[in-house]
Amino acid sequence: MAEQEKQHRVPTEPSDQDVEEVDVNSVAVEQVDELKGQIDGLLDEIDEVLESNAEEFVKSYIQKGGE
Amino acid sequence: MAVRKILGIETEFGIAQRGVVDPNPITASSLLINAYLSRRAEPGSGPGAPRVGWDFLDETPDMDIRGFAPIGSLAPEVEAHLVNAVLTNGARYYVDHAHPELSIPECADARAAVRWDRAGEMILVDSMKAADEILPDGQELVVYKNNSDGKGNSYGCHENYLMDRSTPFGRIVQHATTHLVTRQVFTGAGKVGCEAPGVDRMAVPFQLTQRADFFEEEVGLETTLKRPIINTRDEPHADPLRYRRLHVIVGDANLCEVATLLKLGTTAIVLAMVEDGVLDDDISLVDPVRALQKVSWDTKLSAPLLLGDGRTATALDLQWELLESAQKYLLEEGDEMVGGAVAGEVVGRWEGVLTALENSPSELFGVVDWVTKRGLLDGYRERHGLEANDIRLAAMDLQYHDLRPNRSLFARVGAETVVDLDEVVRAVDNPPADTRAYFRGRCLQRWPDRVVAANWDSMVFDTGEDSLRRVPMMEPARGTSDHVGTLLDECHTVTELLDRLSENPIAGPDD
Repeated sequence: MAEQEKQHRVPTEPSDQDVEEVDVNSVAVEQVDELKGQIDGLLDEIDEVLESNAEEFVKSYIQKGGE
Repeated sequence: MAVRKILGIETEFGIAQRGVVDPNPITASSLLINAYLSRRAEPGSGPGAPRVGWDFLDETPDMDIRGFAPIGSLAPEVEAHLVNAVLTNGARYYVDHAHPELSIPECADARAAVRWDRAGEMILVDSMKAADEILPDGQELVVYKNNSDGKGNSYGCHENYLMDRSTPFGRIVQHATTHLVTRQVFTGAGKVGCEAPGVDRMAVPFQLTQRADFFEEEVGLETTLKRPIINTRDEPHADPLRYRRLHVIVGDANLCEVATLLKLGTTAIVLAMVEDGVLDDDISLVDPVRALQKVSWDTKLSAPLLLGDGRTATALDLQWELLESAQKYLLEEGDEMVGGAVAGEVVGRWEGVLTALENSPSELFGVVDWVTKRGLLDGYRERHGLEANDIRLAAMDLQYHDLRPNRSLFARVGAETVVDLDEVVRAVDNPPADTRAYFRGRCLQRWPDRVVAANWDSMVFDTGEDSLRRVPMMEPARGTSDHVGTLLDECHTVTELLDRLSENPIAGPDD
């Protein structure tokens, strides 16, 4: 398992040879920012379509067990 | 020895009837399905929409091992008091308990299963529209593709896999369980709160899966009480001397196509590895039921699980081990039994998803349902400064699964797709070409008035003669387009079809 962790995990301790890793992280940050923008747009839409009475909606959603 | 992993999904949908005091879910489900069937039966509404019922006649286990050949005259016993129909795409659409349920036709690979699962969603959307035309103003039927009402009631999304009867069941339990517990990291549809007995609802504000809270046993026959991770129901719906059907009840219904592809595709490969005995014993879990909930409740994906050899490993560690075994297995054994070229796509996406889960899970927005749902919930919570227990978050959780295109939160995400929309549209009316569903679906398209009843492993025809004629279909990989396509095209009547099948029963791969 230890070997596998080395193989798959991105190392977290900084070192002289971690130039590439910094790039990877900044790409990840950019992606997260892009995602935030995407979700922000969606949230505007969600405000419009969300069930108007959330409490009543959640309370009345009762299902019989199935299977 | 691994057998071809013919597979399928059966989904029970949540249903709400609006504008009615004290709605009855059984009536609502019947109305929904009947509205769809009536609409499809109207002239000009597509290639044949027969109201053919499901055949409940139990097959005698030792019969029909010759496979696919018509035999004499057995009277069918149709006792369907609830609506229960077979569609021209080979699916079964029916009322089960208090839910509309759709079982997709048998598929030969995970990608096809995604295609017919999405077609199933379209059928439910069409059903809602058809019901809307019948219902008085102010009433509406709404269908949800989820597995829990958030109040302790759960309904299933079951998977079926064809397996070799000779594989010892204990080996399936030992090895498949590890996968079923740990695959939750990408199969989970996400849920606000906890429904496990004796646990405070907000003790787990958000978890990976809809279903984990409802499982209490490792192995068993039940599906509604004391649910087991491995279900022992033994109805092969195929030659019982050769096959077993593994009925997996522990999964969530997914909306993300990639999640459905991985749920079925990875499980098919793992089961083939179990059949071929290539998995190590050292990945077995000490307490699978506890591990199931532990994994589902752990959104950081770091909880250690105790293994049989005393080690601990996270769900992701175990998924990496299974993936590496799968990659090696495909290199050594080939992909013929596990979906052909689709297996390569599955393994590629499997690796990509595990890598993202390890490094940056939010990249899986639109790829994995729990990540997608959590992204929406977190964003909404931050924007409006809500507490974790705000009722609006619970409402969003439910509405993520609303199948109405104008209300579904999932539909707004623009999720990554696996199949093209036009492929899905064609799958609403047409069966897969490479399993016995082809024969079922094509017969229903060609001779809707002559099919009296159908089920997974047989069809009953009325040729106008004194007795009805049953065609057994005990081999799921026969009755394909390659086997019977030309025959179906050439025959003008059902009588001609049955006569020609009698003269030349279709040979199976080993006959």
